[in-house]
Amino acid sequence: MNPFSSPTRLRDMIRAIRACKTAAEERAVVRKECAAIRASINENDQDYMHRNLAKLMFIHMLGYPTHFGQMECLKLIASPGFPEKRMGYLGLMLLLDERQEVLMLVTNSLKQDLNHTNQYIVGLALCALGNICSAEMARDLAPEVERLLYFRDPNIRKKAALCSARIIKKVPDLAENFVNPATALLREKHHGVLITGVQLCTDLCKVSSEALEHVRKKCTEGVVKTLKDLANSPYSPEYDVSGFTDPFLHIRLLRLLRVLGEGDADASDSMNDILAQVATKIETNKTIGNSILYECVQTIMSVEDNGGLRVLAINILGRFLLHRDNNIRYVGLNMLMKAVTADAQAVQRHRATILERIKDSDASIRKRALELVCILVNETNVKALTKELVDYLKVSDPDFREDLTSKICSIVSKFSPEKIWYIDQMLKVLSEAGNFVKDEIWHALIVVISNASELHGYTVRALYKALQMSAEQETLVRIAVWCIGEYGDILISNAGMLDTENPVTVTELDVVDVIEIALKGHASDHTTKAIALVALLKLSARFPSCSEKIRDIIIQYKGNLVLELQQRSIEFNLIIAKHPNIRHTLVERMPALDEVTFIARRAGSLPDAVLTPTGPSVGLINGVARPVGPIVDLLEINSDDAPVPSSSGGDFLQDLLSVDLSLASKQSDAREPSKNGTDVLLDLLSVGSPSAPIELPAQSNSSMVNILFPKASKKATHSPLDDLSSLSLSSKATSNAGAAPTMDLLDGFAPSPPTEENNELVYPSITAFESSSLRLVFNFSKQAGNPQTTNIQATFTNLASNVYTDFVFQAAVPKFLQLHLDPASGNTLPASGNGSITQNMKVTNSQHGKKSLVMRIKIAYKINGKDTHEEGHINNFPRDL
Amino acid sequence: MHKLQCWIDKMGIRFVLMVNKQGQTRLAQYYEYLTLEERRTLEGEIVRKCLARNEHKCSFVEHRNYKIVYRRYASLFFLVGVDDGENELAILEFIHLLVETMDRHFGNVCELDIMFHLEKVHFMLEEMVVNGCIVETSKANILTPVQLLDKAS
Repeated sequence: MNPFSSPTRLRDMIRAIRACKTAAEERAVVRKECAAIRASINENDQDYMHRNLAKLMFIHMLGYPTHFGQMECLKLIASPGFPEKRMGYLGLMLLLDERQEVLMLVTNSLKQDLNHTNQYIVGLALCALGNICSAEMARDLAPEVERLLYFRDPNIRKKAALCSARIIKKVPDLAENFVNPATALLREKHHGVLITGVQLCTDLCKVSSEALEHVRKKCTEGVVKTLKDLANSPYSPEYDVSGFTDPFLHIRLLRLLRVLGEGDADASDSMNDILAQVATKIETNKTIGNSILYECVQTIMSVEDNGGLRVLAINILGRFLLHRDNNIRYVGLNMLMKAVTADAQAVQRHRATILERIKDSDASIRKRALELVCILVNETNVKALTKELVDYLKVSDPDFREDLTSKICSIVSKFSPEKIWYIDQMLKVLSEAGNFVKDEIWHALIVVISNASELHGYTVRALYKALQMSAEQETLVRIAVWCIGEYGDILISNAGMLDTENPVTVTELDVVDVIEIALKGHASDHTTKAIALVALLKLSARFPSCSEKIRDIIIQYKGNLVLELQQRSIEFNLIIAKHPNIRHTLVERMPALDEVTFIARRAGSLPDAVLTPTGPSVGLINGVARPVGPIVDLLEINSDDAPVPSSSGGDFLQDLLSVDLSLASKQSDAREPSKNGTDVLLDLLSVGSPSAPIELPAQSNSSMVNILFPKASKKATHSPLDDLSSLSLSSKATSNAGAAPTMDLLDGFAPSPPTEENNELVYPSITAFESSSLRLVFNFSKQAGNPQTTNIQATFTNLASNVYTDFVFQAAVPKFLQLHLDPASGNTLPASGNGSITQNMKVTNSQHGKKSLVMRIKIAYKINGKDTHEEGHINNFPRDL
Repeated sequence: MHKLQCWIDKMGIRFVLMVNKQGQTRLAQYYEYLTLEERRTLEGEIVRKCLARNEHKCSFVEHRNYKIVYRRYASLFFLVGVDDGENELAILEFIHLLVETMDRHFGNVCELDIMFHLEKVHFMLEEMVVNGCIVETSKANILTPVQLLDKAS
């Protein structure tokens, strides 16, 4: 019975599978076949074993499980005939893998076959071993393979070489046994043996530095000579590929030279000639010639520096970029990208060619070229390159625009030499491709604009003009509307005119019209509309004569389906109508946004943790779009912020709010009394609208309550800290979301006290530490809905008769806890219990419910100028903290 | 320089796939272990990516940590997954060599030849590539063992 006389049943099965019209039909056929195969296996049907296996291979290829056939492979391998073995080994390589225990069983058969008298069977075993050898098998069979490296038939030697390569990869310790036979292979004439011998040597050099030294010393010359002979060899039909003799061997040799030359000047020196010869003599009108050239360039770039060769290599790559075959252009760019690290100057010379490739018809090439150009940008060429890129943006493929836009933005912001240039370029990008600009990009632009006070006039005028031209670019509209809202008065007055500018004549009505168009534009989304509403409110104060018109526009939104817009509309309407006296202060220009903090937050992994009180409006930009950190983060911010006395409480609130609005459901706290609560309101509004309210209108509503009435009611009853610990948006939402009417909010600032203290959980106080001179009492509270976090108020009392000065309290907790210490209320502790110091801290227990709190404390103070320390370990915390 | 070292370390053929225009796999040979599930997903992703490209695009596609070098012959796509450091142009030639070898054996090879003689194509591939490295590029040397088998039968 011959397994290869195309058994009809296999054909039938393939036909049946091909005839299947649906995946379900195919599954049914395969299931039936598998059942038949299993039955046949169970009957131990020798005649059909090979055929079963052939079918299983096909079924496996289609992606169905075939594990039940694995033992059949072993049986076939163990059978004496060559055809059975042939099939068995094939099945072994396809169906099995080195992770399976079946492999243990096959080691013995492999050993026998490696020692077989029939060289074809030896070849089979070597091939299988080369593909599936595991570390254990490598150890067991290494001696056989090593011996076969000297076998008389070259076809065995070549397979043994690759088998050895796998063995040393699996068990690098065995490398030294193979060094001598491997280097002997390099002297062979047979191409198959040479190519595998070179591969083995390359692998040896990678796993063992001793082998590398040895091969470098003994073989570099030989390899160079082999390559030279090959390069100059006459036509040999057997190994010819489009006129080149064995290009694959060429490539392997060049690769080995790369390994040998890297980091060794002498070895590199000895191969310079041949590299130069290959680099200059290869014909480049065939793909295969270019593949050799490509490999040669890689080798030149990797071996020790030879200035002349490197320039030659980079020039070859430059030529690749102009090749008509896009595959060659692609590899050229690919290689240039790697070469940039080695020799940026040489690559810079081809900048113009690379820039051309950005316009390539092939998308992969365009993408590569763009990446490469971005690497090449530096301070000196940024202007020229950006101009090219921006010009190209106008005609580029729509699919490519997003990539291009984001790259231009990053280049511009990274290398911009001056602000006006940055603003100019960004305006161009926004006008061309504003819809592709990501949120953080335009946020960053606003930060820059707000900081460039001398350019406010220029920017707002430029934006006004741009808006007339490209009103369909959403991002441009947003920025323009924001700037017009802020700097509308400058737009009219033409203040701060630069020499290069043409003055524009704009009336107040024109400005209001522009905003109205943006507000009503059908393409505008909620964010844009919200920004436009705020801009209108601001303009109503800047242009008192238009305020009635503005009110008319605003009031149209009082019935808007989007709650956020509806609410703003009603509030703004009231501000314009009923509070003309506070309106001006309310809509003052935004303070300059803090760039440093913005950048830090953008780059930082903890985006919200670096809020500083000096950067009031950072939240504006980031809070809107940022993914929000965990609750803990927010709490961290609060505790960080708390100690610093705020000169304008509004800033704080705004920070918090901008974070909160995007947080939407986490926690908020309104703490500091606001000197001008109105400012807060304004900032808030200009900030908060975009994201959250749509999802969680109730919460945003109640947060408004807080902000607008930060203190009026609460100030009297709680210390700021109580607020800190007790306010929780969600709890308030339930208690007042519905109840607090929006009208009330603005009307008269009447107190509408939230009743949040009900949500505070109280625990018994403990005396955490007591010595003859000092007592420390802890009071605990927790916020409802956040059981992990405990607020602790520590009270220190002096029991001695001397005053303690320079009083410092320190605490440490194990890793599962997080501790935040606020500053103490003072650092002087009056004698004899005549006063106390309090200090608040916040502990977050990540193992809440499993472990209780513990804390080490250290207290340092001075008595009459003399240092005193006390230390203690607190483990009497209430259990459920 | 250090960076250059990194690309040298990873090299070789990770898999060879033959897929028809409909995206059906006609031959799959992997040189690293993937579970059946991983293979199916990978093949699906790659095939979708490569078949969607037109002739004007270059023959290289990056996917996960592979670079796919592909070439189309009539209705059959040959896809070879390689490591990042591999010479893409040489792999293109390798695909051509594989096709020429099959041509010499089957005479104008077509999809059906490969389907019905799957094991023979595997034998040829085995003679050409072991463990992800090219062993032999002479068509005569590759075909000798296969033809011996044919004669024996």
